[in-house]
Amino acid sequence: MIKSSRTNKTGPEPGRLKFSFFPGCSLKTSGHENTLSLFKFCESVNIDLIELNDWNCCGSSSAHSIDKKVAKYLPMRNLSLAPKGIPLLIACPSCLLRLKSTFLKIKEDPAMRQDYEDFFKTPFDENLEIIHFFEIFNRIDLKDHMKDPGEKLKHLKVAPYYGCMLSMPPDLRFEKSHAGIIEKSLRQLGADIVSYGYANRCCGTYLSVAKPDIARKVVNEIIFKAMEAGAECLVTACSMCHLNLEIRCTLDSPIPILHFSELLSLALGARDQKKWFPRHIVDPVPLLKKRGLLA
Amino acid sequence: MIILQEGHPDFAGEIQETSGVDFNLCLHCKTCANGCPFVEAMDYAPNKIIRLIQLGMADEALKSSTIWVCVGCNTCSSGCPMAIDIPMLMDGLRHKALETGVEIAEPDILNFHQEVLNTVRKYGRTHKLEIMMRYKFKKMDLLSDMGVGLKMLKKRKLDLIASRIQDKKAIDKIFKNK
Repeated sequence: MIKSSRTNKTGPEPGRLKFSFFPGCSLKTSGHENTLSLFKFCESVNIDLIELNDWNCCGSSSAHSIDKKVAKYLPMRNLSLAPKGIPLLIACPSCLLRLKSTFLKIKEDPAMRQDYEDFFKTPFDENLEIIHFFEIFNRIDLKDHMKDPGEKLKHLKVAPYYGCMLSMPPDLRFEKSHAGIIEKSLRQLGADIVSYGYANRCCGTYLSVAKPDIARKVVNEIIFKAMEAGAECLVTACSMCHLNLEIRCTLDSPIPILHFSELLSLALGARDQKKWFPRHIVDPVPLLKKRGLLA
Repeated sequence: MIILQEGHPDFAGEIQETSGVDFNLCLHCKTCANGCPFVEAMDYAPNKIIRLIQLGMADEALKSSTIWVCVGCNTCSSGCPMAIDIPMLMDGLRHKALETGVEIAEPDILNFHQEVLNTVRKYGRTHKLEIMMRYKFKKMDLLSDMGVGLKMLKKRKLDLIASRIQDKKAIDKIFKNK
């Protein structure tokens, strides 16, 4: 059983926040609009993100599926690169699971710690804080960064979509849950949150390549249920889910799929959307214009 | 109905040890089977895989499509009243299937995993375009799903050039000695 690494931090820290940032392959190489809007958001709320130097793939689903050894050392190498004293921020739920569960296992198991230290020739930093992007909302208050927050996304009907990796997988069972962060922050900005039963349903991940028919079915189900509940758009917390929801949907006139970071940045007054939205398969611009979010 | 054939008496103990999962806690309440988004694509529901192991039916479990179709979304383990880490068990079974060299029920999924790791070995990071091309090539099926591929290229969702790490030696060391 893995013990919690939860610390008793209360309230936001004063001044600027600084995080070391692990992008992961999906954000770095296909979800460019996610990365761009995420950096824009952080800039708007006085957060400095410093990309982890020479980071590598966390191993994704494939390493733990077929190669135990590679699955163990790939996340470990990233931990060995993390600078001391700065929290490591991860926006990809799957990378977070790989890095954080590895961190917790090393912390718990002296043999694994020895293995890590021998392999990477560096002492294990057991005080490293690994946080998900959502943790930002426990450390800043959006209201401090804008006027009339409740007007920003007014009348926009949003279905939050977390995907499966954020809903307390067994290895992170005793870690902080971030369920409800999308709802809380977007409601604060005036959005109408739509309730539906598929917010944590798996998007099909790599079955999108190997079993497209299955992925199509789950993706259509998720989007259809959100539409049926009255959503005008779906907001994702995971770059890979975003990709699957976009490329595998075969419904007639589906709603746009937005990255959480895009909506946040827009509410904070960013006008870089011309770099983000052309990458979307379902163009969100008409909806955002209709709701007065874009001129 | 499961027909009990000549089993592998140590199989349960072996899998329990290698996967670290105590599946003997399973009540067969079928919460996992009822909640699994992919159960229709599996030949055995997740709880049935547990039952196969309990009965020592190694061959059936290792040759099943279930162990490959499971993506580890943890819907099952979140709902499991006995908190059994079913995806971890599937990992253990996949490793065992590869180790024993049984026929793999879902060669496409294995092919995909191998291509992902190939790009990680080469670049230190995944390269989606190369993964897809090599996957399709190995499958001898370049044409199906072409529409989606073109749509992704058009929307620039696939980088043409791989993102690489500098310290290639560190990755070589991780992939070495297997």
